[in-house]
Amino acid sequence: MLQAVLVAVLVGTLCFLLLRALPGDMAFRIAASRYGYDLVDARAAAMVRAELGLDRPLLAQLGTWLLALLRGDLGISLVSNSRVATEIAHSLGATLLLALAAMLPAAVIGPALGLLAGLRPGGTADRAGLVIAAVLRALPSFAVGVGLMLLLAGWLGWLPASDDGTPAGIILPALTLALGLAAASSRIARDATVAAVNAPHFAFARLKGLSPAQAVRRHVLRNAAVPVVAYLGLQFALLIEGVVVVEALFAWPGIGHAVVDAVLARDVPMVQGAVLALALGFVALNALTDMAVALLDPRRRE
Amino acid sequence: MERRSLLATATSLLAMPAILSRPVKAQATVALKVVTPWEISSLEPSRAGYIFARMQVAETLIGADDGGLPRRGLATTWIMSEDRLSWRLTLRDGALFHDGTPVTAEAAATALRRAKAQPGPFATAPVTAIEAPDARTLVIRTSQPLAALPSFLAHGGTVILAPASYDEAGAVRRVIGSGPYRIVGIDAPLRMELERFDGWNGGKRAAIERVSYQVVPRAETRTVMAESGQADLVFVLDPPGQDRLRRGRRVELRTVPIARTQMIKLNAGSPFFKDVRARRAVSLLVDRAGIATAILRNPDLAATQMFAPAAAEWHVPGLAPLGRDVPAARRLLAECGWTPGPDGILLRGDKPFRVTLRTFSDRPELPVAAAALQENLREGGIDMQVSVANSSEIPAGHRDGTLEMALFSRSFSILPDPVGTLVVDFAATGGDWGAMGWSDPALVAALAQLTATSDPAERARLRAQAATILQDQMPVIPVAWYDNSVAISRRLSGVTLDPLELSYRIADMGWTG
Repeated sequence: MLQAVLVAVLVGTLCFLLLRALPGDMAFRIAASRYGYDLVDARAAAMVRAELGLDRPLLAQLGTWLLALLRGDLGISLVSNSRVATEIAHSLGATLLLALAAMLPAAVIGPALGLLAGLRPGGTADRAGLVIAAVLRALPSFAVGVGLMLLLAGWLGWLPASDDGTPAGIILPALTLALGLAAASSRIARDATVAAVNAPHFAFARLKGLSPAQAVRRHVLRNAAVPVVAYLGLQFALLIEGVVVVEALFAWPGIGHAVVDAVLARDVPMVQGAVLALALGFVALNALTDMAVALLDPRRRE
Repeated sequence: MERRSLLATATSLLAMPAILSRPVKAQATVALKVVTPWEISSLEPSRAGYIFARMQVAETLIGADDGGLPRRGLATTWIMSEDRLSWRLTLRDGALFHDGTPVTAEAAATALRRAKAQPGPFATAPVTAIEAPDARTLVIRTSQPLAALPSFLAHGGTVILAPASYDEAGAVRRVIGSGPYRIVGIDAPLRMELERFDGWNGGKRAAIERVSYQVVPRAETRTVMAESGQADLVFVLDPPGQDRLRRGRRVELRTVPIARTQMIKLNAGSPFFKDVRARRAVSLLVDRAGIATAILRNPDLAATQMFAPAAAEWHVPGLAPLGRDVPAARRLLAECGWTPGPDGILLRGDKPFRVTLRTFSDRPELPVAAAALQENLREGGIDMQVSVANSSEIPAGHRDGTLEMALFSRSFSILPDPVGTLVVDFAATGGDWGAMGWSDPALVAALAQLTATSDPAERARLRAQAATILQDQMPVIPVAWYDNSVAISRRLSGVTLDPLELSYRIADMGWTG
């Protein structure tokens, strides 16, 4: 709890300062985002500056923001005039949906393929898996996304190229993210499996008389799962980086897209609210991952 | 055991889309899909009113035809008073808002008063009072004769909304307009669903019943959507996307010239550009044909004067066209006292001709054009540095005097009649997006008269005079014109494109076959 509060205050202050350090006059940028830069002149900027109190001293502005934050009030977007909390909840929900849609298939396919590869290290599955995983990780998510879009949406026409409100709209962006995630987690699973198989207790299990399948099920799976689960937790956080690009490419109305727009528009309350939500999300995610690992591995429990 | 668990995993994966599905509206008829990069950033007319006007959800009092001349909107007649200080508008009989309430002059007056209080072109008009003497009559009083008022009332920021659109604080909570389409769902900022409003009496009944407006920020994605038929109307395609669609032939790619000009703004008060000959020299160094062909992918966009032929009334046919002449440029610069230094850069005494051009990347072609200009100017001996920063650096630099040169594209179709924009850009004290350190009393007078007079012959004379002064004195140097490319599905018929981008004219479209 204390960690969360500290993170909130630190992130909020950092956001505030960084946004003001960005080049260009803030009032002009906000006015340009509201009315279009064609219509923006010094007069429009002056109106915005007066409306938002942007010429008050820096500490006064920061103080107002922190006080509002402690009251739980995230403020109102400078561009759209609607409540930041509502907009972020909406965007965050969309991003979580995309992240889950990407992670669940990846978490099933990746470790499964990694397990198969790890059981026969050096075999064809292992070697093929290494090459494919390396290629997918090396390609930036933008390249993978455009490639999938051109193939599945452009050429074959099976899927919509961008989010159009139907369930099929999530498939392309989720697939783009899932490919990268599965590639990484498959290699982690593969290494964890090899380590577990080479451990003395696995040899003993086989010596005891267990069949390979029984030995794997009882002594490899749970042991290999610990680093995989820890890595999956980390991946969820790393997803945010891919999500920003993928959301822009597939017009997915998530938080990545919202944050980029807000930064370009100098929409301070939106940026602060979004970054805060993400930061607190990481804190929560860390706690969840710790709990999951403790469940799997009795040695980690206090 | 393993087979069963594998089967379980497989079935759950297949069921994933269903589990994750979000509610889908039952689609009885096919919807027309419009795709643009313009986000519905807000419901406020001064910010996103142009989107609601283009999608024909809300109407302005007066519209404009392709040539920029006024056309009926919510108002059927508009008459200037004898003393020329007020306008009387009559609203369309039987016009209804989407919630069934009648369109009244008081609702129109409220909308206009709100527009006047927000940044936007209408706020710059010399309007002193807006009155509604009866339910169908609107009176607008001005402090000076304003012949261009119809043009101000065509701007998307002046769309008329129903009184129920506003909450107690006066903010817009729902967009209830009077157009042929009404909103059934908004998923701001990226999506909007519309359906035909049968109570519209402003023209022929719309043939298309459902429309969906989708915002897709990336040009690549828009191109793929156009190509695969997932969108019927796609606006704003980048040059590579246009090439691809042209080769593919699955959609019709239509190009319409628009009244937007890419131009170089000069600080005519600085020692570098104070002399008109120096400004003319810079203009002679610009390779307009090269920029138009290579960067904008259309050689016809090389500007020969400020206004494209698309800005019909303002394009002056007889004007000597701008072109490239490097030796002549060098001669003019020599006349100003510049001599080539050892590294080829011009020197006057010990001062090199080194300036900085500010531009921004919101429009992707601008930084590329700036790089081309850097090379062009170097041939004349001018060392021009390029600074790609924020668009706000240009008005800010204008205000504090640090701006030397700037490259941007200026829209002359913010209002159907560009005079409103020109008056601001070339005022006696200069304009943020216009002249800096330069003004011409003859130009200011001509523009002032243009806002006041409505005699066509007089207006033509004044326009020619204004364009000639600008071409001669070059406080801003035109580089290229623009056109809009739109990808149109072959399923659509009756598609016309508005060069002023006031409306997408969906109510006039229909399906083929």
